[in-house]
Order: sequence, then structure tokens, then C-alpha cells
Amino acid sequence: MRALYLMLVAVGYTMGLVSPAAAADESTVASAPYVTAVAELREASYSRKAEIVRNLAELRHPGTRELLAALLEGNVYSRTSDGKVFIVAPVPAGYALTDPLSGKGAGTEPETGFEKVGINNALRRVIRGALAQFDLSSPDKGVRLAAVKEMLRSFEDGANAPAAGIAMSLLDTQLKKERDAAVKHEIETGLALASLGDGSPARRLAAIDALGSSLNPEVYNRLVTLSDPSGESDVNVRLAAARAVRHIEAWRNFYGVMEMLFFGLSLGSVLVLAATGLAITFGVMGVINMAHGELMMIGAYTAYVMQQLLPSAVGTSIVLAVPGAFLVAGLVGVLMERFIVRYLYGRPLETLLATFGVSLILQQLARDIFSANNRPVESPSWMAGSLQINDALSITYSRLVIVLFALAVFALLQLILRRTRLGLEVRAVAQNRAMAKAMGVRTGWVDALTFGLGAGIAGIAGVALSQLTNVGPNLGQSYIVDSFMVVVFGGVGNLWGTLIGGVSLGVANKILEPYAGAVLGKVLLLVCLILFIQRRPRGLFPQKGRAAEG
Amino acid sequence: MSSQERLLDRPALVMLGLLAALGICVPLLALALPATSALHVSTYTVTLLGKYLTYALLALAVDLVWGYCGILSLGHCAFFALGGYAIGMHLMREIGARGVYGNPLLPDFMVFLNWKSLPWYWYGFERFWLAALMVFAVPALLAFVFGWLAFRSRVTGVYLSIITQALTYALMLAFFRNDMGFGGNNGFTDFKDLLGFDLQAAATRVGLFVASVAALAGGYVLCRYVVISRAGRVIEAIRDAESRARFLGYRVESYKLWVFVFSAALAGLAGALYVPQVGIINPGEFAPLNSIEAVIWVAVGGRGTLYGAVVGALLVNYAKTFLTGALPEAWLYVLGALFVLVTIFLPRGIVGLVAKRRQGST
Repeated sequence: MRALYLMLVAVGYTMGLVSPAAAADESTVASAPYVTAVAELREASYSRKAEIVRNLAELRHPGTRELLAALLEGNVYSRTSDGKVFIVAPVPAGYALTDPLSGKGAGTEPETGFEKVGINNALRRVIRGALAQFDLSSPDKGVRLAAVKEMLRSFEDGANAPAAGIAMSLLDTQLKKERDAAVKHEIETGLALASLGDGSPARRLAAIDALGSSLNPEVYNRLVTLSDPSGESDVNVRLAAARAVRHIEAWRNFYGVMEMLFFGLSLGSVLVLAATGLAITFGVMGVINMAHGELMMIGAYTAYVMQQLLPSAVGTSIVLAVPGAFLVAGLVGVLMERFIVRYLYGRPLETLLATFGVSLILQQLARDIFSANNRPVESPSWMAGSLQINDALSITYSRLVIVLFALAVFALLQLILRRTRLGLEVRAVAQNRAMAKAMGVRTGWVDALTFGLGAGIAGIAGVALSQLTNVGPNLGQSYIVDSFMVVVFGGVGNLWGTLIGGVSLGVANKILEPYAGAVLGKVLLLVCLILFIQRRPRGLFPQKGRAAEG
Repeated sequence: MSSQERLLDRPALVMLGLLAALGICVPLLALALPATSALHVSTYTVTLLGKYLTYALLALAVDLVWGYCGILSLGHCAFFALGGYAIGMHLMREIGARGVYGNPLLPDFMVFLNWKSLPWYWYGFERFWLAALMVFAVPALLAFVFGWLAFRSRVTGVYLSIITQALTYALMLAFFRNDMGFGGNNGFTDFKDLLGFDLQAAATRVGLFVASVAALAGGYVLCRYVVISRAGRVIEAIRDAESRARFLGYRVESYKLWVFVFSAALAGLAGALYVPQVGIINPGEFAPLNSIEAVIWVAVGGRGTLYGAVVGALLVNYAKTFLTGALPEAWLYVLGALFVLVTIFLPRGIVGLVAKRRQGST
């Protein structure tokens, strides 16, 4: 996405730079070979056109880039009356013409008198390669990088293909003046890749040496071919290639593990988000809230509704949905506490059943209001795409945002619990209800707010979930067991335990997945957890002291 | 209560009397009367009643651990489903060459999944006695291993509830896998006959119904026996004050484990009676929601009474059948409201309400 944007900007820039100024003084001196080549485009066969394109690229006449770009887009037409070739832009009145020889506008004429200069796929590749040669001198390094990559593709046909020769000499020249490290590296890779097909074994060996640490999939494939007797005759080259393949594979595995860890981290942050609210109600108040998943569902539906209200501003609606979901889910939580949960304090099993009943009612409500079908929530543009770290490792922005978001929510919550009056009272009530009451804390009020806080966090988690899955009445169900596992694993009454528990469960899940499959991995994890509870019945970080009793 | 408490107290006698009446009248009405008679009981109704009775047996099992021992198991349907799968395996083997693919050895789903031979754990299931043994043995073994681990480490209260839920959830996920060799998503169905009796025949259905009545009556008496025994009173003591019971020298873990295993076997029996009557078993039976529903039957009826569990299971399930037919959308609201209202206003269930009335009037 971003690369494309840069490219467009760069193309516009080059056009602006070259065409008006350069074309103004050179319009009359369009060189003869250029004029013939352009004129010939009209009637040439596809293979001849490919030759013409290559010639044009070599001539480097001003205006060639625009012509080739237009040809690629299918915007080059010839006038039937006199056979003159034009670059056209469709306008309401017909075609706005540009003379490729002078670069000047040639008026607007109706569409009927024109015939398209056709291209096919083979020609398209040739044109792209030629365009890349122009882009190589672009001032923008992103454009240069894209151009180098495009030119490397011309080596696929073998180093002897006509385009490859030109590309090599151009890349050689560019390498000498190139300053940007990334582009330079790419060019070096490309040149080494080209020399892999060289006739002399010594050159091939040198090329393998140079490519030894590249993560480019192209390089890997070529080296694999070279390590095989059918692809390479020289035994030394074969051995060197096999060595290089092993080296590259080791690095690829390393980055594979990194990627897996990151996936695990992002899954873990979702779990942390989902479990944090639960940790507050369960850990601080000793209340099992089985409707927690449905509070997340409410949050997700809030994001959906917000998006319906602001259909044109996806990003804004998501940002607004976060406080919105907090308020809506928090309100539902406070109502639940006031009307149901507070009659059941000290009877955790009954609370569990009653809140489960609430969860059934909320699910059915969602089904009646929004229908049983899943509702999609769009992702804002800044969450699309990915951060390319190298050829083997890329990180999607959506996952990155979720990880950062989870950390932010967690930090905020810690801040509230540690630094505010409310947090102080919550902790006091959790530690010793009777004493807190004696000191003048309104425990009922604190209970309601704590429950509301936990519910609100669940709502926020729901907004995050809406970015990962579709929003439906069963959204909460799929996360509730996991969330409980996180809380139980981490230890009740300890938010840090929840953080560590969530992240480690997420990572463990992703580590098990490739070996055991998604479902069996999850089963194994649940079994491990059940066994873990046997060893440490109160979780990783058990509560100590008097608060632990009861 | 004194040690003179009788095995068959008044509620027990009423319950057994009613069950006996049901076990005699329904078969008569279903088989002896012509289909045109107003009093005729259709096969559908017989099967429905039989299903309720197996649910009641499950509720009995839940009540024994929850009402008397304070172990809130949110995974009792795992035992129920395992019992069902055990009998289902036998029924699948009974189909033999009459399946769609006509393979005498392999059930249809295995042929469909390109299995070449029967997995080892399917051996012997063509014998009814082995399957019948497994109906009790598999749930009991799982309960033993799970309970041994859990009770020994003193996992109690909500922690235990949550890991029982995780247990049934894990089993559900596992049974959904085709590689498990239990039919994956679709489970077992298309049963033909049991012990040579055609499962579609009205007489077989009535027979299964009578078996369910007998199982419920037998299960009730057994539970009653457990409850009034010396061990039963220790179990109640554990429910009320676990630490105190331990300090008095009772091996709390052993008592809990024993009750848990017994209850699991009972649930397995219920599942085994359930499957031939409804004609299908699939991993959906493991869903955590089912287990929690079983708990609400007990809560509605009144826990810690045994007969309350039976009453609750029958009432809630009748309401479910009625409402899902009449007002499909309303059922979840009603069920949800039941959870909330019963826990807040009826901590002793309907039975408790009736008892209170009686006390108030006398």
C-alpha cells in the first residue's frame, strides 16, 4: 500500500520534472531513431514491439518513460486518419491527446478515430523491465528499490536473455553511484544472482559466497537448484551451494521462530485483554462472572454500531468505539452488580450460575437485535499492511496495534489501581472488606464500580476482537474458557500474573500449533493447564496472607 | 439426623411408587391400546419421556456431587457423553455390513475417511457385555484420574468448577477431530439394532423406556444408600466444613474421589441409555453449556435432596421441549432467567419452596 503510494508520488514527480521543462526545448529536436521507433509501434507485431520497447529504453529519449507507462496502461492509441501515435487520457468529450514526440498536448478529439496500440503479457513484462531502468535513477529510494526488484525478475529467463544483459550493465553502473544501503544490497544480490548462471565456476563460487546470507526466496531457490547434480556440474560449486543453503535455512528457521513468537505474543495480548477484566472481578472481588464473554460481545457490537453511525470515517469510529464500549459494557456491568451479583456475595458457585444466566439472556438479546448472522467490522487503513523487516520476517500492523493496545490498556489499569482514590479503595476492599468498611469506605459503591471497571475492560477487549474476527452473538463464548484459563494460570488477584499468564499461554499455543494442529494443540494446552493446576492450585502468582483464605 | 434414617424415606417411597406406575402404565398405554385410542401413548412420547428420565439420572449424579459434597462439576456431561460414546461404538459395530458402504468390519465413517483397519480401542466393542462395562468404566476411569489429581492438590470451589469445564471443553475439541476415530463432527448415528432388537420398533423403544425407569429407580436407591451411609455423612461434613472434616482425621480426598467416581459412572449409564433412544451421539454433547444446564436442573429442583434433582430435570426439560416448540426465541431468555431467579430467590429450589410452605402451614 505504502510502496504503491510512494511509487505514484515518484512517478508524478518524475513526470513533472521531465516532461514540461525538458520537452519544451527538445520538442523540435526529437531524434530520428526515436521518431521512427514511435511511429513503428502502430503496426508492429508483439515480438517486434518488444524490440522497439528495448530500443526506446536504450535511447533514453526524454518522454520515453511517459510513453512506456502509458503503453503499459493501455493508453497509447494511433489515429486512423494519419497513423500518428498519441498518448491519450479519456475525458468526457473524447480523448485528450498528448504527442509523445514533443510531450505537448494535441487537443481533444472524439474516440471514434482512434485505434489502441495493443500489448500482451510478454510485452507487459518487457515494458515493466524497461520502466524499471528509468526508475533506477529516481531520487526516491523506494522507487529505486522497486525498480531493482523488477529488474531482478528479468534474470528469471537466464542471464543470456536480451533484457538481462542491459539490466546487468545498468545495475552495475547504478551500484557505483548508489548511496542507500538497502538499494545497494538489493543490487548486489541481483548481480550475484545473475552471476550464478555465469559460465565460469570461479565466478559462480564467488557469487554463492556473496549470496550466503541473503534471505531472498529467489536466491534460496536458485541455490537449491545449484546444490543438486542436475542443476550444477562443478562439484565445488555444488558443495558451496549446499553449505549456503544450510546457512540460509538456519536463518530462515530463526526468523520463523521469531514470527511464531510474535504471533504468540499477539494472541497472548488478545487473551490478556480478554482476561484482564475477568481478573478484576474474579481476582479482586472473588466473583466468577460467566457473562464476561458477553460483555466482550457488547463491546464488539458497540464498535459495529459506531461504524454504522460513522460509515465514512472507519478510523475515527474505531477510536471512538473504545470509550464507547467501555461505557456501554461498564454500564451493563454496574447494572448486573446492583441487581444480581450483590445478593450473592460469598456464594461463588451461585454467582457463577446467575451470571451464566445473564450471559444466555445477553446472547439471545444480541441475536434478536442484530440477528444471528455475523457482522463485519471494517479495519481502519492504518491497521492494514505489514512492516517488512526482511525477506523472511514481516509483522502485520493489525497484530502490532493489538499488542500495543493491550499493553496500553494494561498500563492504564495498573495506573488506576495504583494511583487513584478508586484504586486504593478497590484494593482495600479486596484485602479486608470489614476493615475497609470500618474506615469509611462505601463498600457497596466500590463493588459496583469495580464490577463496572472489569466489565468496561471486557468491552474494550471486544472492540479489539472486532478487528480480528466477525462480530456475532457467540463471540464471547469462544474466549470465555481461554480467559478463565489465563486467570487461573496467572493466579487470582494479581494483574501481573494475568499479563504473564496470557502471553505465555498465547505463545505456548502458537508453539504447539505447528506440531499438533490447531485443535489438538489447544486440547494439549488445556490438559497441561489441568495438570498445572494440580501442581499449583492457586496459579503462578498465588495471593499470600489473609486475603488468600476464603 | 440420627443414624436411624431409613433407606426408603417418604420422598423415596413416593418417587419409587411414581416410577413404578410410570414403568407399568406407559408400556401398557403404548403397546396394548390401538393408535386410534385417545389414551394411546405414541412412540415419540415414549422416547421423549425416556430421554427425560436419562436426564433425570444425570441430574441425580450431579446432585450427589454438588448437593452432598459441594463439588460443582461443570463438566458432568463429559461423563454422560463418554457413556453414550461407549454404547454408540457397540451400536456402530452392530450395524455391520448393513451400512451405506457395506463394510462388515469398519463403520461407515471410517470407510469414508479411508481407514484401513479398526483402531485398537474399537476391539471387542462388538460384544455387548464389554460395551456395557465400558459405559461405566470409561467415565469412572476419567473421573478417577481427574479427581485423584484435583482433590489431592486440594483444588476446590470455583477453581474445580472451571477446570471441569476445561475438561469437557477439551474433550469436545478432541472428539471433533476426525483422527480420533469417533466419527468427528457427525459422531455416530444410523443405528440399527441393540441385542437383536430393532431400534426403530415401538416395542424396543418401550423396552428402553422401561430400562430408563429401572435405571433411575436403581440409581435413586443407590444414591440414597450412599447418602445415608456413614460415608455419606462424612461427605456432607466435607461439603459444610472441609478443613474441619480433615482435621477430625477423615481422608477428605478419598471420600471426594469415591463420590466423584460413582457419580461419573452414574452419568455414564445415563448417557448409555440416552443414545439408543435419541439415535445419535456427537461431540456437541460435550459442550460446556450442556453440563451447566444439568446443574440448573438440580438448582431448580432443589439440591441436596436427590428427588429435587429428578423433579428439576423433568420440569426444566418439559419446559424446554414446550418452549422450543412454541416460542423458539424465548427459550434462552427463560433459561437465563431461571438461572438468575433460582439462585437469588430459590436457593433450595422448588422442593425447598414446597417444604417451606408446608412448614408455614403447620
